[in-house]
Amino acid sequence: MENYSMNSNDFYTALENGTLIGSRCLDCDTLAIPQRQICPKCLGSNTEIVEYSGKGRLSAFTVVFVPTVQMAQYGYNAKNPYCVGVVELEEGPSISAQILDVDLNQPDNIKIGTNLIMTTVTHGDDGNVKTLLAFKPN
Amino acid sequence: MPENKWKRGVAVAGVGLSKFGAFKNKNSRDLFVEAYQDLMQSAPGYDPQRVEAFYLGNFSSDQFEKQAHLAPILASWVGLSPIPTLRIEDACASSGVALRQAALAIASGQYDVVLVGGVEKMTSLDIAAVTEALATAADTQFEVSAGFTFPGFYAAMATAYMKEYGASRDAFYHVSIKNHRNGALNEFAQFGQTIQDIMESKKKRAAEKGQPVPQWENEIDFLGDPKGNPMIAWPMALFDCSPVSDGAAVALLVSEEIASSFTDTPIYMIGSGQASDGALPERENLFSIPAAVEAGRQAYQMADLGPDDIDVAEVHDCFTIAEIIATEDLGFFARGQGWQAAIDGKTAREGSRPVNTSGGLKAKGHPVGATGVGQVVEIWKQLNGIAGARQLQGNPKIGLIHNVGGTGQTCVVNIFERRT
Repeated sequence: MENYSMNSNDFYTALENGTLIGSRCLDCDTLAIPQRQICPKCLGSNTEIVEYSGKGRLSAFTVVFVPTVQMAQYGYNAKNPYCVGVVELEEGPSISAQILDVDLNQPDNIKIGTNLIMTTVTHGDDGNVKTLLAFKPN
Repeated sequence: MPENKWKRGVAVAGVGLSKFGAFKNKNSRDLFVEAYQDLMQSAPGYDPQRVEAFYLGNFSSDQFEKQAHLAPILASWVGLSPIPTLRIEDACASSGVALRQAALAIASGQYDVVLVGGVEKMTSLDIAAVTEALATAADTQFEVSAGFTFPGFYAAMATAYMKEYGASRDAFYHVSIKNHRNGALNEFAQFGQTIQDIMESKKKRAAEKGQPVPQWENEIDFLGDPKGNPMIAWPMALFDCSPVSDGAAVALLVSEEIASSFTDTPIYMIGSGQASDGALPERENLFSIPAAVEAGRQAYQMADLGPDDIDVAEVHDCFTIAEIIATEDLGFFARGQGWQAAIDGKTAREGSRPVNTSGGLKAKGHPVGATGVGQVVEIWKQLNGIAGARQLQGNPKIGLIHNVGGTGQTCVVNIFERRT
């Protein structure tokens, strides 16, 4: 994982390559996502980039009917809502991401604890393409 | 011994409030002047010459009005120059934090008299731009980019809470109904209507237009119908969300020993705490706000009081789930009991734990930078027995405010006492 630096934007550079990165503390083994220069547990500066498996489970979610400005530009609205949630990775840490392939018409049917696998979603058109993290049921 | 490093006590010697709402012809300075004049009228002992500093809570006049550096502008506008001024930004907790910082400045001995303000003019932008401006209070790089909105964050906390404790959406409806009932009794509130009033007016409007009249039987029935209460971010619907608001509030803070030279009815700031946190995914669980627990712990410890000593509380109900979580974070109810307590009416004015007698952010309105000081205005009125039709019985003596920035990246809790 030497290709990626600790700079926060490299999280998205890795994502464009289909890779979910974070960091591991070489002193206390604590994992973080996105990658951190300073270990959130022991506060040391001895961290390295790691790659996650991309497997996780849903720990909280919402189905958004009034979208962010950016998501509205991507075509989401009250009639075309999307799901976003917090995903706890198999390795431990959690991250926010869009959740694909769930029942948007019946949010009651979306279950916390659902096993998920990472994917990416690409928005925008040429010149302004953005690759974002997403998960779908596994 | 309680943890109290303050060198001397601090009192609130007067308060002022503007009407909260959507006011096309009023900007930040007009709103602030309205609140300031309310202070001058309600506090006969107020003397501008005695004010030594001005602390202003304001989230983002730069985004809402393209005007930064608001503190000296407002101070000058009411004739307070050349006293030192500063603007404090901690998202929706800006003026709750400003209040604490002003109190610390007095407690240190630096000042005897500080004017604390809070103001936000939000309706100058359209709703999409307001949403975008508010979103800058969250982690834009890693959370907003994923598609999270502010209602979405709290909605996600709601799903975690419902899953953990088996709560139903009905509990959220009860928070909204209760806060609208309180707001309907507050002449400063943005919404002077109960949910029942709103439901009846929608029925009436449908009848007038010759459309089929909705058959809602009661408020719960109305709130459960997406036609009456459209979904914003499931499970948070329109009536779970505080509105976009314009408004201002002021409080006059003075050192304890000179309070009686300003007013016969000071209230004393006997506890204060503040804490911070990272984004949602960094937290151990999503059905509590750790910064609120920590700020509350500090404030209780300093005041040498516990949750059972609080007679009245104004908590940060930016969304209905937030009020339920706040009542647990502050220890008013045990973990997992807050939702049932809301359904059982324990947080109503007549209940054992009155919360948000002002109508809260939900019904009074949420001009974000004004909210923290606005909460103190209600505590002042309740403790001094001047809250009118919504006045609590039993002569409340201890009041608490809980003001949250973002989704709990900032929380400040302040406790006040009446001694007369």
